[in-house]
Amino acid sequence: MARFSLDVNGKVHTIDADPDMPLLYALRNDIGLNNPHFGCGLAQCGACTVHLNGQPIRSCATPISAVGDAKVVTMAGLGTPEKPHPLQAAYVQEQVTQCGYCANGWIMTAAALLRDKKKPSDAEIRQALEGLKCRCGTHMGILRAVKRAAEMIG
Amino acid sequence: MTKMDKSTAFSRRAILKAGGALVVSIGMPVGLDTVLAINAARAQGARPPLVPTELASYIAINADGTVYAFFGKSDMAQGLYTAIGQIVAEELDVPFKSVKVIMGQTASSVNQGGASGSTGIQFGGKQMRAASAEARRVLVEMAAQKLNVPADQLTVTDGVVHAKSDPSKKATYAELIGGRYFNVQLDWNKQIGNALYAPGKAKPKDYKDHKIVGQPIPREDIAPVVFCQDNFYITDIKVPGMVHGRMIRPPVAGAQPVRIDESSVRDIPGIKVVRQGHSFLGVVADTEWGAITAAKQLKVEWSNAAPPFPENPGAIYEHIRRAPVRLRKIEKENGNVEEAFRAAARVIEAEYEWPFQSHASMGPGCGIVEAKADQATVWTGSPKPHYCRDGVAAILGLPADKVEGISLQHAGAYGRNDAGDACMDAAVLSKFVGRPVRVQYMRDEGTGWDPKGPASIHRARAAIDASGRVVAYDFYSKGFSRWDVQTNESKPERTLAGHFLGVELKSEDMFGFPSESYEFTHKRAWWETIGPLLDRASPLRTSHLRDPVGPQIQFASESFMDEIAHALGVDPVEFRLRHVKAPRDIAVIKAAAEKSGWVARPAPNRNQTGNTVTGRGIAYASRNGTIVAIVAEVDVDRRTGKIWARKFTVAHDCGQIINPDGLRHAIEGNVVQGLSRTLWEEVKFDRKSVTSVDWVNYPILDITETPQTIDCVLINRPEAAPTGAGEPSIRPVAAAVANAVFDATGVRMRRVPLTPDRVRAAMS
Repeated sequence: MARFSLDVNGKVHTIDADPDMPLLYALRNDIGLNNPHFGCGLAQCGACTVHLNGQPIRSCATPISAVGDAKVVTMAGLGTPEKPHPLQAAYVQEQVTQCGYCANGWIMTAAALLRDKKKPSDAEIRQALEGLKCRCGTHMGILRAVKRAAEMIG
Repeated sequence: MTKMDKSTAFSRRAILKAGGALVVSIGMPVGLDTVLAINAARAQGARPPLVPTELASYIAINADGTVYAFFGKSDMAQGLYTAIGQIVAEELDVPFKSVKVIMGQTASSVNQGGASGSTGIQFGGKQMRAASAEARRVLVEMAAQKLNVPADQLTVTDGVVHAKSDPSKKATYAELIGGRYFNVQLDWNKQIGNALYAPGKAKPKDYKDHKIVGQPIPREDIAPVVFCQDNFYITDIKVPGMVHGRMIRPPVAGAQPVRIDESSVRDIPGIKVVRQGHSFLGVVADTEWGAITAAKQLKVEWSNAAPPFPENPGAIYEHIRRAPVRLRKIEKENGNVEEAFRAAARVIEAEYEWPFQSHASMGPGCGIVEAKADQATVWTGSPKPHYCRDGVAAILGLPADKVEGISLQHAGAYGRNDAGDACMDAAVLSKFVGRPVRVQYMRDEGTGWDPKGPASIHRARAAIDASGRVVAYDFYSKGFSRWDVQTNESKPERTLAGHFLGVELKSEDMFGFPSESYEFTHKRAWWETIGPLLDRASPLRTSHLRDPVGPQIQFASESFMDEIAHALGVDPVEFRLRHVKAPRDIAVIKAAAEKSGWVARPAPNRNQTGNTVTGRGIAYASRNGTIVAIVAEVDVDRRTGKIWARKFTVAHDCGQIINPDGLRHAIEGNVVQGLSRTLWEEVKFDRKSVTSVDWVNYPILDITETPQTIDCVLINRPEAAPTGAGEPSIRPVAAAVANAVFDATGVRMRRVPLTPDRVRAAMS
């Protein structure tokens, strides 16, 4: 066990944990942020995606000891109902989700894309989101929402 | 009462009003706070018994005039919540926003079957429509007495009953009954589950008067997902005192743990090793990571079990052909098929193969059970809370009425996945450790150990006479039954926990046959089932996967229709229209063909040059009243064998459409999931066990492979009762794609999945 300070959505939390424990469990169980989901524990599906210093990472396969003083942002830290991130707004407007369990992966990954690339093409969006999983098959809606959000950002 | 710590575990507002009924802030989803409040209300004796014959079991008017609809089905995340709200609001003449649908709770709803068989609207909605109409009738009667105006001179606008001639003569629903429960008996058909139907005296509205039904009202349960509302998913629930469990599965299916070295996990805080019955083995620890670590770290010596499976997945088809038949069933027969084949001028014949497939849900099964000496609670991701409650009660040895089942949203199940199994494991662990236990499976269990869609072979024959007419058609399936474990977890014999404890598997026989309306003078459809490869706790045990056995059967039957059309040199749409007889089926096929811009010509599309060839294919199916036709347009890379299904055109008739927007999204999901199962999905195994245990060795469709377009033609028939839409449109996807691949390449793919390797091999 060791003590770690985590900067999550702008707040610092101190927790005692096994250094090998993935960040996901610190977020969900120690800090009480149910935003990222457990999907595979293997960095294969994206359901656990959060931003680490702005980069989308798979929190299920990131040991807490590797986080250091990097800033962690979860989907809840991206925006609020009052002040949504364009992707969150677009997800609601396009009615994307079926079960929604995968939403962290798509939204957090697309958020990084839209920050770095204005008006990406269809091919660029698909490329950036490659490898993320959605079992409900909402892929068409995801593509619509990312394009809509790109329009909003302008 | 419960010991729940509301302030930390549950955030939404629930206020109990004097008189019994409740007011809760309207908005999705239904949280546990609601259930707690309902329990409190029942504790006051305010609610009549929760039985199918009571109107109060379905509808309540709150003190503020808002409406609770108690729904004994569950939303499998396809917008059923919204559709049921529309139906209830329509019949009651209240605004949609004032209806809250409370579902997935054994404490508040009768067993309408949970999510099952695309019957949420077809049967569940039918009952809610009847109950709501009856509630409106009773309320109008009450107003008639209060206002001294005959009932037939009253009408209802937004929950206010008023005289047609004088709107100032009025009484609100809230004034009439708000805060009190109905005391009205319904005429119950004595069925529980999907078939439950209990209408009152009222006749539901004529469809011409519908204002809310048929509207594209947006779902309210998407914002909570993207804004991360607390306790939305089953995985989020934290019960005070809760500890974490994980299961340990045998490396060779059927093996028993013979020696367990508990010292190997001594360092894990709160560790308990739970070894019960034949081979049940799990660990419980204070933290989730502790349980995960312990499950990995625990040293176990396993018995030397004989590896139960064939050499490789390819060998499964030979096994199916040779295996003794357990049950043969002729589902349909007209004319004299054998005689017609003997007299045929020409016989066309083909055989198709479909592999085991996994639910592979995004989130592996998760459940929490708090087992006490004389009662228990199960929080479940299973969309069948009543059946899950029954199973937990049975495995704990408690009467069902001493167990409460609370179902919450989980990752989409798409059939009988592993959600109920997780609860049964949690129940056994909780009983052992005397604390609430949360189990969430790991990925290898979610893919490797969920109940599987059965593998099968399908043989079709057509007899052609001398003039080139099809005179006889014979369709045969042989495969693993779809019911090694039944479609819910209501008995230990249907669950892994039960099997590992030593309860025998009771595999039952069920398969299916093509659902279409082709008419041939001589026609037969039949099937044979074979027994499971392992008699219990098998990672290849079968159960229902979205549209149980529909995609495989229709893959074969609709591929074969194309094979006949090709043999006769006829355009595939024209061939279908010659033989399909049901008018609604014909309309759907025509709609798909027209919308896709189908130009008649026989397949394949020859004389294509270049590395990428293109093709189009059609397939059609019906399913319990719903009819779907799909045109797929594909590109095939001749060098790699890779298929890109560029465009789908889907014509869909499910009778009356309740919410066209929800329907369109459900169809898109069906098509993409169906495409995934067609192109990629096959459960791999070796002699010891299943080897498809994650997303690398059980790949699904990637976003880079997603179609460019899915066009939907929604045929609304408001005069016809609504039928299901959760599954029918997955049914014809595989055949439409395979037919398009044939059109593009001239190569007939008869085994799913159509992986690049297989397509390339077939072309060479």
